[in-house]
Amino acid sequence: MVGSDDRSAQAAAPPGGGDPSRSPHRQGSASNETARRLAMLRDMARIRAFEHEAVAAMRSGQAPGVVHPSIGQEGVAVGVCANLRRADRITSTHRGHGHAIAKGADARAMMLELHGRAGGSCGGKGGSMHIADFAVGMLGANGVVGAGIPIACGAAQAIRLRRAVRSAEAAARLAGGQRNREPAGAEEDDAIVACFFGDGAVNRGPFLEGMNWAALYRLPVLFVCEDNGFAAFTRNSAVTAGGGPAVRAEACGVPAIAVDGEDALAVDAVAAELVARIRGGAGPQFLHARCYRWEGHTGTDAAAYRPAEEAAAARDRDCIRRLAAALATAGVAAEEIAAIEAEAAEEMASHRAAAMAAPWPDPGAAFSDVQDAGAPA
Amino acid sequence: MTRMSFAEAARTALAEEMRRDPLVWALGEDLAQGGIFGQYKGLAEEFGPDRIVSTPISESAIMGAGLGAALCGTRPVIEMRIADFTLCAMDELVSQIAKVRYMFGGQGRAALVVRMPQGMWRNSAAQHSQCLEAWLTHIPGLVVAAPGTPADAAGLLKAAIRSDDPVVLMEPKNLWTAEGEVPEAVEPVALGVARQVAQGDAATVVTWSACVPVVEQGARDSGVACDVFDLRSLWPWDEAAVIASARRTGRLLVVHEAVTVSGFGAEVVARVVEALGPGGLRAVERLGAPRAPVPFSPPLEDAMRMTPARVVQAIRRVASARH
Repeated sequence: MVGSDDRSAQAAAPPGGGDPSRSPHRQGSASNETARRLAMLRDMARIRAFEHEAVAAMRSGQAPGVVHPSIGQEGVAVGVCANLRRADRITSTHRGHGHAIAKGADARAMMLELHGRAGGSCGGKGGSMHIADFAVGMLGANGVVGAGIPIACGAAQAIRLRRAVRSAEAAARLAGGQRNREPAGAEEDDAIVACFFGDGAVNRGPFLEGMNWAALYRLPVLFVCEDNGFAAFTRNSAVTAGGGPAVRAEACGVPAIAVDGEDALAVDAVAAELVARIRGGAGPQFLHARCYRWEGHTGTDAAAYRPAEEAAAARDRDCIRRLAAALATAGVAAEEIAAIEAEAAEEMASHRAAAMAAPWPDPGAAFSDVQDAGAPA
Repeated sequence: MTRMSFAEAARTALAEEMRRDPLVWALGEDLAQGGIFGQYKGLAEEFGPDRIVSTPISESAIMGAGLGAALCGTRPVIEMRIADFTLCAMDELVSQIAKVRYMFGGQGRAALVVRMPQGMWRNSAAQHSQCLEAWLTHIPGLVVAAPGTPADAAGLLKAAIRSDDPVVLMEPKNLWTAEGEVPEAVEPVALGVARQVAQGDAATVVTWSACVPVVEQGARDSGVACDVFDLRSLWPWDEAAVIASARRTGRLLVVHEAVTVSGFGAEVVARVVEALGPGGLRAVERLGAPRAPVPFSPPLEDAMRMTPARVVQAIRRVASARH
């Protein structure tokens, strides 16, 4: 993809040349499909509203530290996570708010976390770059580029080992003449791991190690390269040689497909197919989703290193407006779409207000959850 | 008691833990071939390739996958082959494994073991001989253990596997073939509890890992009756036992294979001085390696090596110093 930044060539390419409408998730009635797309729109609007509040909170100093907003990239997070179940896991990045919300994380707790308050997702000990919500399979954002890739591989190995243990236990129960009850955790049997990372990660060693590893052990991992064009302040094409993320993945034996990440329905269609393949035992798959980072690297980076027209053009390709237009074509009233966006804005504003009103953590919490043996005195 | 080698004791302990808990598994290079010291010999045959996982030479992935697998409810034993190679996976160990529980507010635990055989062995030279335990004791979140006997190789490995903390187990490469008495039924060794090797009032001598047999020999050869402690765990470490002994003897010697400067011996001495006050010791000494890489040629390596003779001299200096 380096040096060939022709976005007109980004059309969604459903795997195997198949028709996205044949995906198992798309076999319901038209009204079910509209409901699904409305739910996607709602999550995308919620992510954008969350990010707007987060950036405002960072700029005003109400949220300490740094946030890395994902505005403009909502279609990737939601298009992928629309195909995941609760038992599926995700690993995320420093730009991870969207992944967490799309996976069902508690947005209020996330906002409290950004503000460093008690009741935050991590009790105020992680902040924006370390949001996790294990209850919904969100194994954590990560402040180190590419670090989630090996973690996702290991999570997939654990899912497989636990499945083997459950089936051995079930076999033992049968052999012992016990009733063959459904073993606990069986819903996890075909769980997968979706691993989000940015285009900058493809230049780190763990990317190579992880691709080889996942292919070698045929692990149930969906790698999602969210290619927003920038590695921090540098255009990634300026520091990346060769044929780009998908070529690198395929060189390790991980089948890769490119998609227009600013088209949420295209992401949804391709992700549905890839997730079905993975659940069916096909091993890891790689989704290269091109998109654009509307904001700077952080909430206070003006991104003076790129032409304003380029960012303006990206705003014209807004994934939310594109999905809204598709819904309007399907007969959804403009008022309904406006109401969804208004509700999202209201929800996130209320979370921010709640965060500002929430108490600070007890200072003693700074010394808890370090370790059991040899914990700080 | 059965007499067995360090490697055999460790292998037996791992096999027992894997039979006890089907969610314990191991990953690392060459494990299907038994590991480079034979400490995994036969385990692939018993437990299969999904629980004794032979991996590519991909230290970041080995360490990071171990973490991901721990976060999803299994108990991985991560084999680094030798401690020096851990340097290729420091982000995964230091910024991921050691931090996840804390950063995520207690939601996830890295209940895993990282085995990293360390130290001099058969003229392996500068990149395969380092002792870096002090680096890891510095990292909040990690437990660090360093067995010095076959029995503790087994007992500490069991404790590490059952611990809900991430435990770094630094096994001394030079002792894999050393033999010792191992109980028929090995119990986990409590982390943070030293083993007192010898008793005496003339000085307190503290050591661990490959220096344990060296110091035992040196203490015997010195003819000086000392309290000798094998710390076994470096974080947490048995401050209470060492401080109580040093309070009685007033003389403290710490012996380790690692470079003396900023070595863990500095921490031991500092804590004892803090506890006893600046005038609490009549003599104190750290005996370790000079601040130089480990050389290759046998006579050069020997110049760097800890020996019973060096320990004898140090014990006599510490026991006789007048202040």
